[in-house]
Amino acid sequence: MLPLDIAFYSMSAVMVVSALGVVLMRDLFRAALFLVLSFLVVAGLFVLLNAEFLAVVQVLIYAGAISILIIFAIMLTRNVHEGNPSNGFDHPARILATLVMVSIIFVAVTTDWNTWDSLGLNVLPGDPAENLSYTEQGVRDVFGNTTPVIARLLLREFVLPFEVASVVLLAAVIGALALVRERETEV
Amino acid sequence: MSLENLLILSAIIFSIGLYGTLAKRNVIAVLMSIELMFNAVNIAAIAFARYVAPRGIAVDPVGAETEIASAYGGAMTLGETVLSTLLTGQIFAIFIITVAAAEVALGLGIVIALYRNRETVDVTRANLMRG
Repeated sequence: MLPLDIAFYSMSAVMVVSALGVVLMRDLFRAALFLVLSFLVVAGLFVLLNAEFLAVVQVLIYAGAISILIIFAIMLTRNVHEGNPSNGFDHPARILATLVMVSIIFVAVTTDWNTWDSLGLNVLPGDPAENLSYTEQGVRDVFGNTTPVIARLLLREFVLPFEVASVVLLAAVIGALALVRERETEV
Repeated sequence: MSLENLLILSAIIFSIGLYGTLAKRNVIAVLMSIELMFNAVNIAAIAFARYVAPRGIAVDPVGAETEIASAYGGAMTLGETVLSTLLTGQIFAIFIITVAAAEVALGLGIVIALYRNRETVDVTRANLMRG
């Protein structure tokens, strides 16, 4: 078994356990801490998949900013005696989630994905790195240093969504401020 | 570690998040479950970017290979077409993270406003618009 596989399977186990902790914990604060753990594990998975830039973004934005926001909101609104109960849809929600999971797994396993392996190219992590063709070397170079490629993509092919994203964030900031502002007339 | 393994992990996380979104009463628990679903989608997108070969290479392995080879041979910069297909999944993940950040900021703003007005964060009691 490759070290890569060991890392992947242990991370998957921690990920599933912490995701279950998020939805099953009685204490909402502990659920939030499990959420932070799952964010960090996802960052580790990104590193395994040669997405180092995204791993850093994941730690900064998810584990840093979003989890702090969520914990703040829990602190501001928590009813300790109420806990984290289910609403009336517990049983149907379980059935629906299981159905969704089974169907996605069925499609993922039965589809014939056009992977690098099926083309006979050794570019995946863990593949042997000798006698590489130009293609294999080129693809390995892209995944070996993804940040400049992402920068070029963002500022060329995806420049319009990139600019729109800034408008979305500005609108979100203004909207959040308008939502939580104390209104003078109510006081 | 293969594409199937990653997709199965992603499906499991997604359905756990789906269950939490549908079954929880606390708005913040619902928001956290939605974050889990976003993360599952990100894992899938990046796994596809890493494991699946772009369409150009799929349709015409030899032609695309010579294209990559010539681009690689000249000044280490890959051709635009190849470049734009290899990391598209990671770009998608970046935009998903952006939208998730905006969604959390607005969602928690709504939670605070709801709590201030109605003294509850229970989704079943947030029924101001009931007819």
